[in-house]
Amino acid sequence: MRIIVCIKQVADTEASIQISADGKSIVETGVKFIMNPYDEFAVEEALRIKETGNESLVKVIGVGPERTIEALRSACAMGADEVLLLKTEAPVYDALALAGALADAIKKEPFDLILLGKETIDDGNGEIGPMLAEMLQIPCMTVITRLKVQGGLAVAEREGEKGIEGLTAPLPLVITCQKGLNEPRYPSIRGVMAAKKREIPVQPAVLTPAAIEVHGLALPAQRQAGRVIGEGAAAVPELIRLLKEEAKVL
Amino acid sequence: MSTILVIAEEKNHRIRNATLEVLTAAAGLAARDGDRVAVLLPSSAAVDDSASLAACGADRLFAALDPRLGVYHPDLYKQVVLNAVQACGADLLLFSATAMGRDLAPRVAVALSAPCLADCTEVTMQNGTLTATKPLFAGKVLGRFVVNGNRKVLSLRAGVFPIIERRPGAEIAPEPLPVPDSAFPLQVTPAAAPDAGRMDVADADVVVTGGRGLRSAENFTLVEELADALGGAVGATRAVVDSGWRPHREQVGQTGKVVSPNLYFMIGASGSIQHWAGMSGSRCIVAINKDPNAPIFQRADYGLLGDLFEIVPALTAEIKKRSA
Ligand SMILES: Cc1cc2nc3c(=O)[nH]c(=O)nc-3n(C[C@H](O)[C@H](O)[C@H](O)COP(=O)(O)OP(=O)(O)OC[C@H]3O[C@@H](n4cnc5c(N)ncnc54)[C@H](O)[C@@H]3O)c2cc1C
Ligand SMILES: Nc1ncnc2c1ncn2[C@@H]1O[C@H](COP(=O)(O)O)[C@@H](O)[C@H]1O
Repeated sequence: MRIIVCIKQVADTEASIQISADGKSIVETGVKFIMNPYDEFAVEEALRIKETGNESLVKVIGVGPERTIEALRSACAMGADEVLLLKTEAPVYDALALAGALADAIKKEPFDLILLGKETIDDGNGEIGPMLAEMLQIPCMTVITRLKVQGGLAVAEREGEKGIEGLTAPLPLVITCQKGLNEPRYPSIRGVMAAKKREIPVQPAVLTPAAIEVHGLALPAQRQAGRVIGEGAAAVPELIRLLKEEAKVL
Repeated sequence: MSTILVIAEEKNHRIRNATLEVLTAAAGLAARDGDRVAVLLPSSAAVDDSASLAACGADRLFAALDPRLGVYHPDLYKQVVLNAVQACGADLLLFSATAMGRDLAPRVAVALSAPCLADCTEVTMQNGTLTATKPLFAGKVLGRFVVNGNRKVLSLRAGVFPIIERRPGAEIAPEPLPVPDSAFPLQVTPAAAPDAGRMDVADADVVVTGGRGLRSAENFTLVEELADALGGAVGATRAVVDSGWRPHREQVGQTGKVVSPNLYFMIGASGSIQHWAGMSGSRCIVAINKDPNAPIFQRADYGLLGDLFEIVPALTAEIKKRSA
C-alpha cells in the first residue's frame, strides 16, 4: 500500500503571536514551529498501518516555506519512508489553491490512502481533506477516531453529534484524523540522528491564483479584566443579581 | 443582484439556532434591490417551525424531504446542495460551521470551483466586495479576508451572529426539491445510541462546563443539575474528557468545540489557553474555583471563590427557586 500523509508546520499553541508591520502576517522570530498536532495522528496512523505488515510505503508531503523541512524531518524521525516539500514562501490562505497544489503532486504517483489532520491549529479550516478528495474524486471520511484498513476497505468511526457513527469505504480514499485515533510515538534517538542527515526533496508548489486574499490581521479586543465578586455559597445571591441586572443574561 | 443560499439544519424537527443565525446574516448581506435569500432544508421529516425561516428573512425555501436525509451522508448531501444551487442560481452559499457544515462546505466548494472560508465571525458586502473575518491561531488573531470569485462559500461560527426576526408572521411556501437516487462507495452507519436529548454545546444559550475539579464522572450530576435548571448544555474540559468522565462531543476548546453562548459557567476548571480558545466568544463568563490564582479569574466577568461542592448546589437551588 502507498500511504500519503499531508502535514503542515504551524506555530506552537503556547506561542505568543505578534502581527508584522505589514499587518498581513505574523512575526516569526522567536516563535517555535511544530508539526500540526492533528497531523501527528495522521503520520502515526500511517506508520501503524505499515507496521501491520502489508508492504507499505509512507510518504509525507508538506506545503510551505523552507522551515517546513523541520516538520518533514520530524516525520522522517518517526519513520516516514519518503518526504517532499512543496515550497511556497508566502502563506496560502486559499484552501482551494492549497488543496490543488497537493492534488497536483499526489496525482503523479499511485496511492491507496491519504491521511491528513482534522484541521490546522493556525488557520483552523478543516477544509484540505475534503477538498483533496473531491479533486481526486474519491471518498472522504473526516474527524476519524478509529480506523481499520483491511482487504481494500477502510472501516472507521467518528464522534458525531448524536454519538459514535460508523463509516465504511473502499480504497483509495482520504481520511482526516482526530485526537483519540492513536498516541503519536516519540522518535527514537537513532531516528532523529538519521533524519538530520536526510536529503529533503523540494519542488515548487503549483498554486492556482488565490481567490482569498488577506486584507489584514488584527488582535481581538481584550476582554475586561476579571472580577471576583465573593466567596462561598454566601455570594450566590449577589451573583444572580449581577447576572440579571448588570449582565442581563438571566 | 445576488442570490444567497443558506444550508439549513434541523434537530428533533426544529430548525437549529445556528441556522437562524446564518439566515439573519444572509438577510443582512442581501441589502440591494433584487437580492434574494433562499434556504435549503434537507430533512427526513417535516419540521415544526419552518415559519421561523421566513421570519428571519428567507425569500424561498427548498425542502428536500427524504428518509435517507435523516443521516448525514456527505456525498448525498453534496448532490442535494448542488441541485439547490442550480434551482436558485446562488452565487453565495452560507453554511453554519457545525460538524456538518464544516464537512460539507469544502466539498461543495470544489464542485463549484468556489473559494471557501470556514468559521467566519463577521461578513460584510460593500460595492460587491465580500469581506469575511475569521479567528486564526485559536483566536489569538483575527484575520480579515477579501473573497473573490463568481461564486463563494462560507461557513459561519455559531453563537456569533444574532437572530433577528425582521418579518415576524411572514409565510413561505416550501418548494419540494427532489433527492437523487444515487449509490455511493461510502457507507454511513448512524450512532447506535439514541440522542440523550440534552442540547448540544454548540447550540445552547447557556453552557455549564465542568473541569477536573469535579473529581469524578458521578459528580457531574452537579453540573447537569445546574445546566437543567438554566435550560443549558453541559460542557467539559479536555482533562475531563481524557479521564473518560464525559464524551468528547462535550469538549470545549481548541481540540473540542467552539462555542459562544450568552452565559458560560466554568466550574472547577482552570481556564487554560486551549480551553479559552473555544469559549472566549461567550458574552458572560462565570467562574467557580477554589484557587484564587486560577487563570480563569483574570478573565471571567464574575468569579466566585470557593469549593464548588458547596457553591454549585446552592446556586442550582437558588435558580430553581427563582424560576419556580
Ligand atoms: C494541543 C493541546 C490542545 C488542547 N485542547 C484542549 C481543549 O480543546 N479543551 C480543553 O479544555 N483543554 C485542552 N487542552 C488541555 C489544557 O491545556 C488543560 O490541560 C485543560 O483545559 C485543563 O482542564 P481543567 O481546567 O479541567 O483542569 P485543571 O487545569 O487541572 O483545573 C482544575 C481546576 O479545578 C479547581 N478545583 C479543584 N477542586 C475544586 C473544588 N473543590 N472547588 C472549586 N474548584 C476546584 C482547581 O483550582 C483548578 O483550577 C489542550 C492542550 C494541548 C497541549
Ligand atoms: N500547507 C499544508 N501542507 C500540507 N498539508 C496541509 C497544509 N495545510 C493543511 N494541510 C493538511 O490539511 C489538514 C487540514 O488543514 P486546514 O484545512 O488548513 O485546517 C491539516 O491537518 C493537514 O493535514
